[in-house]
Amino acid sequence: MAGTVERGVAANPAPPTVARVRVRFAKRGRLRFASHRDLARAFERAVRRAGVPVSHSHGFSPHPRLSWVSAAPTGVASEAEYLEIGLTRPVPAAELAAALDAALPDGVDVLEAVPSALGATSLADLIDANRWRLTLPGVDRAVLVEAVDRLMATESLTVERATKNGRRPVDVRAALVTAEVDGHPVDLQPGVDGVDWRPEEPPCAILTAVVRQMTPAVRPDDVLAALQAVADLRPPVPPMATRLAQGLLDDRGNLADPFGTARV
Amino acid sequence: MSVQSVFPALESLLPRVAKPVQYIGGELNSTVKDWDAVNVHWALMYPDAYEVGLPNQGVMILYELLNEQPDVLAERAYAVWPDLEALMREHRVPHFTVDSHRPLGAFDVIGVSFATELGYTNLLTALDLAGIPLLAAERTDEHPIVLAGGHAAFNPEPIADFVDAAVLGDGEQAVLDITAVLRRGTQREVGRSELLKRLAETEGVYVPSLYDVRYGDGGGIESVTPNDPRAPKRVTKRTTVDLDEWPYPKQPLVPLAETVHERMSVEIFRGCTRGCRFCQAGMITRPVRERSLQGIGEMVERGLQASGFTEVGLLSLSSADHSEIAEITKGLADRYEGTNTTLSLPSTRVDAFNIDLANEISRNGRRSGLTFAPEGGSERIRRVINKMVSEEDLIRTVSAAFAQGWRQVKLYFMCGLPTETDEDVLEIAGMAHRVIKAGREASGRNDVRCTISIGGFVPKPHTPFQWAAQADPDTIDGRLRKLRAAINSDRRLGRNIGMRYHDGQPSLIEGLLSRGDRRVGRVIERVWREGGRFDGWSEHFSYQRWTEAAAAELPPQGVDIDWFTTRERTREEVLPWAHLDSGLDPDWLWDDWQDALDSREQDDCRWTPCFDCGVCPATGTDIQIGPTGATLIPLTPVPAAGG
Ligand code: SF4
Repeated sequence: MAGTVERGVAANPAPPTVARVRVRFAKRGRLRFASHRDLARAFERAVRRAGVPVSHSHGFSPHPRLSWVSAAPTGVASEAEYLEIGLTRPVPAAELAAALDAALPDGVDVLEAVPSALGATSLADLIDANRWRLTLPGVDRAVLVEAVDRLMATESLTVERATKNGRRPVDVRAALVTAEVDGHPVDLQPGVDGVDWRPEEPPCAILTAVVRQMTPAVRPDDVLAALQAVADLRPPVPPMATRLAQGLLDDRGNLADPFGTARV
Repeated sequence: MSVQSVFPALESLLPRVAKPVQYIGGELNSTVKDWDAVNVHWALMYPDAYEVGLPNQGVMILYELLNEQPDVLAERAYAVWPDLEALMREHRVPHFTVDSHRPLGAFDVIGVSFATELGYTNLLTALDLAGIPLLAAERTDEHPIVLAGGHAAFNPEPIADFVDAAVLGDGEQAVLDITAVLRRGTQREVGRSELLKRLAETEGVYVPSLYDVRYGDGGGIESVTPNDPRAPKRVTKRTTVDLDEWPYPKQPLVPLAETVHERMSVEIFRGCTRGCRFCQAGMITRPVRERSLQGIGEMVERGLQASGFTEVGLLSLSSADHSEIAEITKGLADRYEGTNTTLSLPSTRVDAFNIDLANEISRNGRRSGLTFAPEGGSERIRRVINKMVSEEDLIRTVSAAFAQGWRQVKLYFMCGLPTETDEDVLEIAGMAHRVIKAGREASGRNDVRCTISIGGFVPKPHTPFQWAAQADPDTIDGRLRKLRAAINSDRRLGRNIGMRYHDGQPSLIEGLLSRGDRRVGRVIERVWREGGRFDGWSEHFSYQRWTEAAAAELPPQGVDIDWFTTRERTREEVLPWAHLDSGLDPDWLWDDWQDALDSREQDDCRWTPCFDCGVCPATGTDIQIGPTGATLIPLTPVPAAGG
């Protein structure tokens, strides 16, 4: 209610970026509901708590130099999120990873950090595809196999997605490189009302898909929308999606680890 | 008996609601304890959205304090938005705490912190979703004890039917005392009625069901009397005496979600004796108790390290009034120079010292806006409300601010004050015009700005204005319309003046809930049954729903909404909160009300002799202020990763 006056910091000569480190982290469990903005703020605080000598932008409200690549959507878990941190002095990557992990909430877990030479290939250029896992409780494996086969048999399958700039068509099929189904058959009881997902039941059908990065990006929700469009697949409870990996796609549909050559 | 998390059921609903992150918990510095390993289970609820409730200092302090007790656990709950509420009803998911998603109904006690009366309907939503009967009288030994706290608890009568008890005043020691009572036996062990009597014997705890209210012929209250010998005749508020002994929060909660304040807050003092007659917070939190310079410095340092926040908020009712505020701000500005840490200081004092402080905390920085609170438009009305600011002071102060590089001032006012006329409000226009002229002159620029922010006045219990007639919404809206026209009557000045105000309707309902008695409970319940939720949010508030419910429920009980709001009270009237003691001597309050009507001012007892408001003797306390002459010693910088 009462007014506040805030201290700004003038264009103080912020120390320059002399080194960079790249970080892979996971968002797991209930933390999958954090948005990219939420995670970005959490990292800004964590670098301070961890005492990481992060470099800052200039100007009245200096921001720590954290650069992000393609964040997983809100609600989607991930084992492969990436960012790059600018440093005012070099810090051993493993030490930084441990300090940062300790400063983040449980469920946002730093998995690995590697130094990145100034002028190295950018993170964004080391990633052109994702591997997603979609867990569909209450969906029979055979039903999913059938739906996926139909989708893969099409040339192109476009669904509509609400974006900041209105509804935009995304071609799911064009982005889909591979799709494999796994899981156990269960008795499906369609029409039973109030179907609750009981965690003690094993997940039923699991789809692992490699998806090419496009604009706009094809997300797990789009893949589900495509499966609904080709085969009327309607999971009884919201499926759970996890990003397993990101990287450069090779001819055989494998993803090259962005940290592959940078590890010391 | 262990208690299961409802998260698996909740998880499948979360992809379908807005901002699911607000329901997941897991904040940095949050605590989860083993249910079976402790004796007393507290749920602390803030009956508003997570984004507002999470930064609430009261909840954060009690949460940490209770969790420090080895045999106690405390978890937090916030109101759920209607989208999730509907899904929870459909899938039968009970209201939960965000820490371990345990159902609210499993806890021994639910402490609900009311910053405003407009949270009452959200209390009912939470109880209903938790499967707890709305009416305290219908609860059994299997249900939690529902406790109300916060400023609104100083008149809990409108929610007396829904809560089991209310805690008056500072919570720190009170929650520990209540915990001690529960350790001796929860309702499941000793029975609900015995437990409530034990609570009634606890200092500062009011158990409404142990008091009978009798109404007279005229609609007023005849008497409020205990119906059990173990309930005291009057319940006196709790007062925490040495803030340095309670350095909370030590480990501030850091949310993932975006919230209204993202900063390390330190309460630098509690209480205020400036004596603004409209201000309930100032009246009920007396006397002034300062935290020491060193205590503040340590809390800031520890809190920043524990949170990673980049802003420090030095909180209190009027932070520039701390006896060592200059040393505090300078010490902190020096200590954190070059670390991208900002300071903020809520202060609306109209004087040069306030600008000095603002300059200090914006050292080397951009000077954007400064806020002052004259509160009343005319000299006369400012004497009525005891806001001792002359127009000359204001113009001199804003001139100085503009001369020193500030480009914008914000001025706070109230409308609908006792004895107020159109002219009092219209003087705000002249004042704003003079501010712009003075600003242009002092700064040599044309683009200076002045924003006027106006709220409708709501008379509150335990203030000299508790007897006053509240202005009706039409009067307020009419005055604000005329004010806007007066501001714009001079286009050259008016275009640099912004005006922000709320219409008078929510204020009237807040007035009903603030000064209501037990008969208002029926109105609250009816509004809730008809869909009332989040009444503090203009997009959810429905004036019509409230007035229709009041028209249906109050007349059969012999009163109406005007009786509670726009009617002036007499000295003889038994006020609904008369048996609840804020320490203020009722005779002093009445005299201060009469002084207000005579436009007589009252000085601040911090710098002039005690004027016997009664608080210090009644609560066994004293003013605790410096200066102590100490200085803030610079700390060594935080060690960085990688040495
Ligand atoms: S009793 Fe006296 S010293 Fe204490 S708060 Fe009241 S006026 Fe001030």
